[in-house]
Amino acid sequence: MSQLIYPLRGGVHPPENKQQSLQTKLQHSAIPAELILPLSQHIGAPAEAIVNIGDKVLRGQMIAEPNGPFSAAVHASSSGEVIAIEPRPIPHSSGLWGDCIVIRCDGEDRWVPRTETENPYALETDELLNRVRQSGIAGMGGAGFPTAVKLRPPATSPIDTLIINGTECEPYITADDVLMQQRSDDIIRGCALLAHMLGEPDNILIGVEDNKPEAIAALEHSLAHLDASEVPGIDHIKVVSFPTKYPSGGEKQLIQILTGKEVPSGGLPAHIGIVLQNVGTTVAIWEAIRYGKPLTERITTVVGESLKQQGNTLVRIGTPSAFVLKQFGFDEDRCARLIAGGPMMGFSLPDINAPLVKTSNCLLAPSHQEMPDPEPAQACIRCGHCAEACPASLLPQQLYWYAQAKDHDRLQAHNLMDCIECGACAYVCPSSIPLVQYYRASKGEIRQAAIDKEKSDRSRQRFEFRQKRIEAAEAEKEAKRLARKKAAEAAKAKAAAKPAPGSAPADPVAAAMARVQAQQDDPAEQLAKLERAFNNASNRAKSAEEKWQQAETDEQKAKLEARFKQAQVRMKDAETKLAEFKQSQNSSSLAVDSDDPIERAKAKAQQRLSMSPLEKARNTLNSLQERLKKAQQKAAEADEDKKGAMNAAVDKLTQKISDLKQEITDLQATAPGPGNESPVDPDSIEDPIERAKAKAMQRLSMSPTEKLQSSLKSLESRLNKSEEKLASADADQRPALETAVAKLQEKIATVKQEIREAEPSDNSPAASASEPQVVAAVEDAASAAIAKAKEKAAAQASMSPEEKRQAQVESLKQRIDKAQQRLDNAMAENNDNIDAFKLGLEKLQNKLAELEAE
Amino acid sequence: MDLSNLHPLLLALLVLGGLALLFGAILGFAAVRYKIEGNPIIDQVDNLLPQTQCGQCGHPGCRPYAEGIANGEEINKCPPGGQETINAIADLLGVDAPELDAEHGAESDIPQVAYIREDECIGCTKCIQACPMDAILGSAKHMHTVIVDECTGCDLCVEPCPVDCIEMRDVEITLTNWKWQLPSPLDGVNQQTIIASDRSPNVEGDAA
Repeated sequence: MSQLIYPLRGGVHPPENKQQSLQTKLQHSAIPAELILPLSQHIGAPAEAIVNIGDKVLRGQMIAEPNGPFSAAVHASSSGEVIAIEPRPIPHSSGLWGDCIVIRCDGEDRWVPRTETENPYALETDELLNRVRQSGIAGMGGAGFPTAVKLRPPATSPIDTLIINGTECEPYITADDVLMQQRSDDIIRGCALLAHMLGEPDNILIGVEDNKPEAIAALEHSLAHLDASEVPGIDHIKVVSFPTKYPSGGEKQLIQILTGKEVPSGGLPAHIGIVLQNVGTTVAIWEAIRYGKPLTERITTVVGESLKQQGNTLVRIGTPSAFVLKQFGFDEDRCARLIAGGPMMGFSLPDINAPLVKTSNCLLAPSHQEMPDPEPAQACIRCGHCAEACPASLLPQQLYWYAQAKDHDRLQAHNLMDCIECGACAYVCPSSIPLVQYYRASKGEIRQAAIDKEKSDRSRQRFEFRQKRIEAAEAEKEAKRLARKKAAEAAKAKAAAKPAPGSAPADPVAAAMARVQAQQDDPAEQLAKLERAFNNASNRAKSAEEKWQQAETDEQKAKLEARFKQAQVRMKDAETKLAEFKQSQNSSSLAVDSDDPIERAKAKAQQRLSMSPLEKARNTLNSLQERLKKAQQKAAEADEDKKGAMNAAVDKLTQKISDLKQEITDLQATAPGPGNESPVDPDSIEDPIERAKAKAMQRLSMSPTEKLQSSLKSLESRLNKSEEKLASADADQRPALETAVAKLQEKIATVKQEIREAEPSDNSPAASASEPQVVAAVEDAASAAIAKAKEKAAAQASMSPEEKRQAQVESLKQRIDKAQQRLDNAMAENNDNIDAFKLGLEKLQNKLAELEAE
Repeated sequence: MDLSNLHPLLLALLVLGGLALLFGAILGFAAVRYKIEGNPIIDQVDNLLPQTQCGQCGHPGCRPYAEGIANGEEINKCPPGGQETINAIADLLGVDAPELDAEHGAESDIPQVAYIREDECIGCTKCIQACPMDAILGSAKHMHTVIVDECTGCDLCVEPCPVDCIEMRDVEITLTNWKWQLPSPLDGVNQQTIIASDRSPNVEGDAA
């Protein structure tokens, strides 16, 4: 053996205890009734089950596929039926349960169809790697690193050395020793195959500690008698033996011993051109590729003084520990604790039913004498033995202090992450400090801190993004609000600029007109506004009431009550305003009934005050057309005998409309543009009264005759007006007005004629007899109202603004009294109109309040 | 004019004055050219804070608290960060690490995440508006749920829920996030009062 050995720095010599398990031959463990196959038997992502409960599976059938590149498949270890896929106890130091596929074996142990390959060395590397991956092989030395990943080193680092690890340095364990003795030929063949897959590295070394002379002899024998034609490249393979020392079997340690190279901190062996595989893995690869057998069994050392029999056994992966232990005569009472793995790096098995997995190289069941409980930890005396023992050249003492202080920065500065957790430091510690446990905990904390840091960075990003999004939304809202405000201001300015300069703002009628007009600019908006105001007021009133009722002290109560009352008043105010507005909206439509037609007509007439004669004429035209329609309808509905009169009325209306149209064209001719005339004509104060009269007549008229009479009246009044106008008109307007007067006179004549014709056609004598009386009565009432209105108008015209207001207040008060009376009467009779009366009364009261406030 | 004819004192003054001007110009240029935007301490402190944005410190988020610390505020007001964060900030600022101020809440050993009992959720979106992490998914009148990976456990969503269907749950320990715990410290009472011969045989320790 010419191979140079680089002695391991540090390390310890614990009692080997390997003889116990080497006394008996390798056993073949029976197939248990149930196999429990954890989905995570390797490092990396757990495999994903591809079978369902109830599926029949054969030995070697893949039951879970690798989930991503850093994963390994799981195969059924024997034939049977999948009975469960659920969490079961698994060999893990946490004691947590993991997902497992449970197979009830049928005992037949039938294989899936396998493809054997006579000459695997002829296969392409990719094909070989794929088969390794499909066979679910993971490092069988104990770590469980997916082998396929390890065999595909980064392209940047060519592999010049392949090392097969047959060191098995941990006490008690002899599984690899037995394997090397029994399967030395396959190890050599597998080794050559691995070399082939890695591109024939120059150095192929099989490292074995010198405490396994039989294994070394077997390997040497295989090397000597195997033919180079059967195993290509066998000449390059060397078996290297070196002095026994714990932990020579660590990957980095073995590399250092055999090559003198050190794996960089945080790096992989592949970075320095080295690949290292366990002997067990090597055999598994050979089996998988040569015979098509996926990884379904392994050799496990079952050892400890609580067993009647100790030794190695070839066991199916997934066999429950309890089943194997029973075969070896396990005495639970004698057992101090069950350990998966060796005494140095193993962990307490949390559950005796946890299965043996791909990485289970040993099941240790020591007696109390054999493995007494650890001594209680004492204070560190700074002896420095741990630093001498550390095979990774770390400073365990310093790490211990920093771990206690949770000083992660210094722990990392002292390369805690290079600790292989071999336990050499704890083994030599005279104070029995469980050093490894400190390191494991600190490593976990550092990893957690890294994850937390990543998460907190992501959180910050999310938070900042959210802030930005909210800000942007707010800015957009603000911009919209500003735009709306601007638009509103522009609209306001427009509205302010609208009234003609000639109009007298001091005139309360004109002001009211402007208000009405402004309101009518956009009735929907106005309505919405009023409704909003009302809702606000009522909400405020409600909350005030609640508060008032909840108030404790009298003082508070009084205060709150006052507030509540105030809110209520405001609410009523808003309500009346809303009702008022709604009514004014309604009154603009002709079809609406009203309990006060004269009032309504007056308001309408006042509205018209602001209109130019042309607009007035147009309005009249509209209303006439409306009336014509109605009259036509009525004519259609009327009895045979009334039809004549109706038709006459219709004819008359048609005539009137055509006249009006003429008038409009005339007016258009005289007035070149609308708005030229002053909106308030001193003469037009008469006009509302006339209109009121006409309206009243229209409301009250019940028969065509009356209607005709009312038209006559209105025509007459219009004639009067026109004549007045004519008297006061300018010279250039005179001809047009003169024609208008002439036309009106003509119309009056026709209407009078019509009336005469209509009266005799009424065939009911009683009706015809009573009609004139009714007409007279109505005419009396109407003329009384007209007279009153005229009087008022005259009085108003002569009054100062204060007096006018006074008069208005007076009249309002009177009207309120009347309305009150009406309401009382209605209530006494339980009339249907109570609500309407109430509303009217409220409205009046409101108006009064408004006036008084002014 | 020949400089050597000048009085040595004047010459020295001239040279020193010239040097002062030169260095002043260099420093002035450097101050403008290499100006650092904002206070770097704020960023560094913000980096150490846990970014739960929970507001337990009295600030509306972690960065405002970092700004507060940069302006001399106490560093022990962050319960989610706990003593470790306090230590880290103390280390950064070169001050003694104080204990966590209990007024702002207690440090919890096990991280928590919000959990919405989905059967009870009425879909009001109040919690979504409260979540500083955008970690709650859902829309009006539809059931909401928490994206566990993004939840920082700030519990700001618990209070606004009108039907009380949100609760804080400990993060479940799984095989992937399980980690070893530190052994109980040596100076604990138990360790001092017992000697090797009278301790219980059941006390577990490391395999070694």
